[in-house]
Amino acid sequence: MEVKMELHKTLEELRRNFKSGTTRNASWRKAQLSALLHLLRHCEEKIFAALNEDLGKDPVESYRDEIGVVEKSTKHSLSHIDQWMAPKKCRLPLVMFPTTGEVLPEPLGLVLVFSCWNFPISLALDPLVGAISAGNAVVIKPSELAPACATLLANLIPVYLDGSFIKVIVGGADVSATLLQHKWDKIFFTGSPRVGRIVMSAAAKHLTPVTLELGGKCPAIMDSLSSPSDLRVAVKRVVGGKWGPCSGQACLGIDYMLVEGKFASTLIELLKKEIVKCFGNDTRDLKNMSRIVNKHHFRRLSNLLEDPSVFSSIVHGGSLNEEKMLIEPTILLDPPLDAEIMTEEIFGPLLPIITLNDIQETIEFINSRPKPLAIYAFTKDDNFKRRILSETSSGSVTFNDVMIQFVCDQLPFGGVGESGFGRYHGSYSFDTFSHEKGVMHRRFIFEVESRYPPWNNLKLRFLRMAYNFDYLGLLLYILGLKG
Amino acid sequence: MESPKSLEKDLKELRESFRCGKTKEAAWRMRQLKGLSTLLKEKEEGIFDALRRDMGKHKAEAYRDEIGTLIKSINYALANLKGWMSAKKAPLPLGAFPTTAEVVSEPLGVVLIISTWNFPIGLSLEPLIGALAAGNTVVIKPSELTPTCSSLLANTIPIYLDNSAVKIIEGDASVGEQLLRHKWDKILFTGSARVGRMVMLAAAEHLTPVTLELGGKCPAVVDCIPNSRDRTMAMKRIVVGKYGTCAGQACIAIDYILVEKKNAAALVEALTFRIKSMFGDNPRASNSLARIVNRHHFLRLKNLLVDPKVQACVVYGGSMDENTLFVEPTILLDPPHDADIMTEEIFGPLLPIITLNSIEESIEFINLKPKAPAAYIFTKNESLMKRMISETSSGSLAINDCITQFAADTLPFGGVGESGFGRYHGKFSFHTFSHEKGILRRSFLTEFWFRFPPWNNNKLLLLRAAYIFDYIAIVLIVLGLKKS
Repeated sequence: MEVKMELHKTLEELRRNFKSGTTRNASWRKAQLSALLHLLRHCEEKIFAALNEDLGKDPVESYRDEIGVVEKSTKHSLSHIDQWMAPKKCRLPLVMFPTTGEVLPEPLGLVLVFSCWNFPISLALDPLVGAISAGNAVVIKPSELAPACATLLANLIPVYLDGSFIKVIVGGADVSATLLQHKWDKIFFTGSPRVGRIVMSAAAKHLTPVTLELGGKCPAIMDSLSSPSDLRVAVKRVVGGKWGPCSGQACLGIDYMLVEGKFASTLIELLKKEIVKCFGNDTRDLKNMSRIVNKHHFRRLSNLLEDPSVFSSIVHGGSLNEEKMLIEPTILLDPPLDAEIMTEEIFGPLLPIITLNDIQETIEFINSRPKPLAIYAFTKDDNFKRRILSETSSGSVTFNDVMIQFVCDQLPFGGVGESGFGRYHGSYSFDTFSHEKGVMHRRFIFEVESRYPPWNNLKLRFLRMAYNFDYLGLLLYILGLKG
Repeated sequence: MESPKSLEKDLKELRESFRCGKTKEAAWRMRQLKGLSTLLKEKEEGIFDALRRDMGKHKAEAYRDEIGTLIKSINYALANLKGWMSAKKAPLPLGAFPTTAEVVSEPLGVVLIISTWNFPIGLSLEPLIGALAAGNTVVIKPSELTPTCSSLLANTIPIYLDNSAVKIIEGDASVGEQLLRHKWDKILFTGSARVGRMVMLAAAEHLTPVTLELGGKCPAVVDCIPNSRDRTMAMKRIVVGKYGTCAGQACIAIDYILVEKKNAAALVEALTFRIKSMFGDNPRASNSLARIVNRHHFLRLKNLLVDPKVQACVVYGGSMDENTLFVEPTILLDPPHDADIMTEEIFGPLLPIITLNSIEESIEFINLKPKAPAAYIFTKNESLMKRMISETSSGSLAINDCITQFAADTLPFGGVGESGFGRYHGKFSFHTFSHEKGILRRSFLTEFWFRFPPWNNNKLLLLRAAYIFDYIAIVLIVLGLKKS
């Protein structure tokens, strides 16, 4: 109860502070973004340590997926914020002369960012960059499943950023539930569809707009590639994109692969070689792999392999090390399509490969399932690429690589259908946390009586011409030459 | 009235139509838009008649607010559709060469438009324009409070548009509830906050994105305007912006006015003069004043004046006739701030004028209330204009006019805070019913090998350099000429 009252007081204070107008200044926003950069630089070792503690991430992986990403986003925002904040002039039709129009972005107010445990630093701070750039007051709720990172954020943010406007609130599901009872001007959520529904339902009570960055089963299509060097590169990218980021616990990572039957064994051999190169072949001491986040998810993943018909489809890996919370990079060939491993998002280092007679069938396969966050396709066939683009739908599509769209500030990052709605990164982050206000400025220079009652047929005629931009007709009408 | 079974059948047909891919063709979309245009031209008399029956609107008002705006919007969409549909290149940093990126819009699928009664044709068909332009299949649920318009739509749309892709489903709240139990790829709702909450809650079940176009109390700040000609124009615009737009039953109509005490009397006099010149000495007989939509809303408005403290503030008008659902253009001066008329959205031809010591206080007054769909200011004072723009928040803002921002295709139309979220009109309509898909095309030729395990310190150095696009550093590190 006391915690709830404390929280209520904190949020009231943030709202009051927001109303003061400080966050509207570009200088405040830039100062916060610069401070965030300092935080990342000064506390890099601490962040590496926290990520290692929570997820067993190697510092290089942590830099690639978390610190580097946020640094890049922050710098991008700093160099573009003036442009984003500026009103955009809008052309209005001549019939509205002399009126000027513009679209002016303004902050929404007090926003809530729910982060997730797999990229506990970047999924908290990347949205924060957008929220600050747009001039909001922000509460971040980091995931309790990555407690070292949550505590670190709670300790560092108040030191580097303006605590009157930016707060980190840690805790479990009960704290999240309490937060959701309050009114927010925007909620940004990264996580599972199940919790996404809870968030949106809670937001509905207060008519709060939400962005939901959810998961899904991201397929990777592997077409036959005639050049051996291309194939090598493709395999490297697949291995890097499946097991590299957080041991496959990534919404954007490859969930399963689709390949023509005749090509499957070649692919599997190449994958095996690359896996050994990257992670070693000692199952008791896998290198360069993050851990599974907790026992619950470890058991969830091991359960996916329990079904005998699934287990028998394992062609590589499969060993589980519960003590170290590591699961060996595992490849399965054609597990049953109705098994959980093919109906639920895997979110782990298990890679089913589904074979089809013809690569073109992949389109229908993907379309018979919910829209994923990303579709990956390794192919040089332009027609096939065209078909994928026009006949499937997903958050994004990447040809011949995996996950790298995540670092492009120029591309909107978000889902569609069951993988969510709304987007961010780059200017999309700024927009997602802004309200674009249409501002129309009319003059008193001249007036046309025909837009006012009392109504008659002449005025109706005038309105017809106006809406059809029949300027000649209007001119003649005004001059009294056309009745 | 749709039965659950026939609703299932309709939805199945709409999904099939979408799946077969025809709505993705520009030609199909243009055909639908042109069909809609033809409908508006050929059925114009029928539309005028329906709006007169349901809302008592004169043809000119019906054309100005519904038919005309739709024709304009359709023409705009036809002229811009190819551009909206084309992929947009996303420029990548030099180091990404030869990777290319682009963003392409794709339809969401089967969308639901829930319309409302005050602009029953316009608020059904304006979103439809966007939904069709974006390549979706559509269900429109018109309001049952304007039954003639609802029937007209149900009878004409199937004739002019592709019946397997666009359906009108009529009925009351129970039909609305039935519709909301299904999964949609998008819902655009225009109406009250109360129902908006229910729509969003239902959408949450299916993770359906929604646009909520809601209402609010739109303030009009009226500053002293020295020039008498300007003042006259301002008065005309205010009177039309309050009483001349569906008798004030519009989400962007002026709800109340803020004025400095010393200018109040002159304002009341000027408004009174304008009301008489536009609606005559006997407004009951005016052909230019819309009706209140039904008994329920008539009584709601009547109740706003029941409180004696509020009744005492009426300085003009106040007469009502339940039989003809007529409410006279009414002005009140300084009703109590805690009365319903000042806390609830009025949505009718009652205009409270609140006086302040200084016009600057209007900013704070506005900010104490929930954000409205629109805010208006009539002034020639540049610094007051700037304060209004930067210190208040609303869906949109108009200076020295009201309502007309609705007709500007290049301005986004939508609310903020309690007046809703999402927007449409012009290209915003297209985007509201689209998913913008990011597409990245990588080549096999170039690789940032340092982004893959096994990890070592060198790769960390390279990643640091890559993220700040320090290409020279990358080269040096690779050549072993730069360590840390």
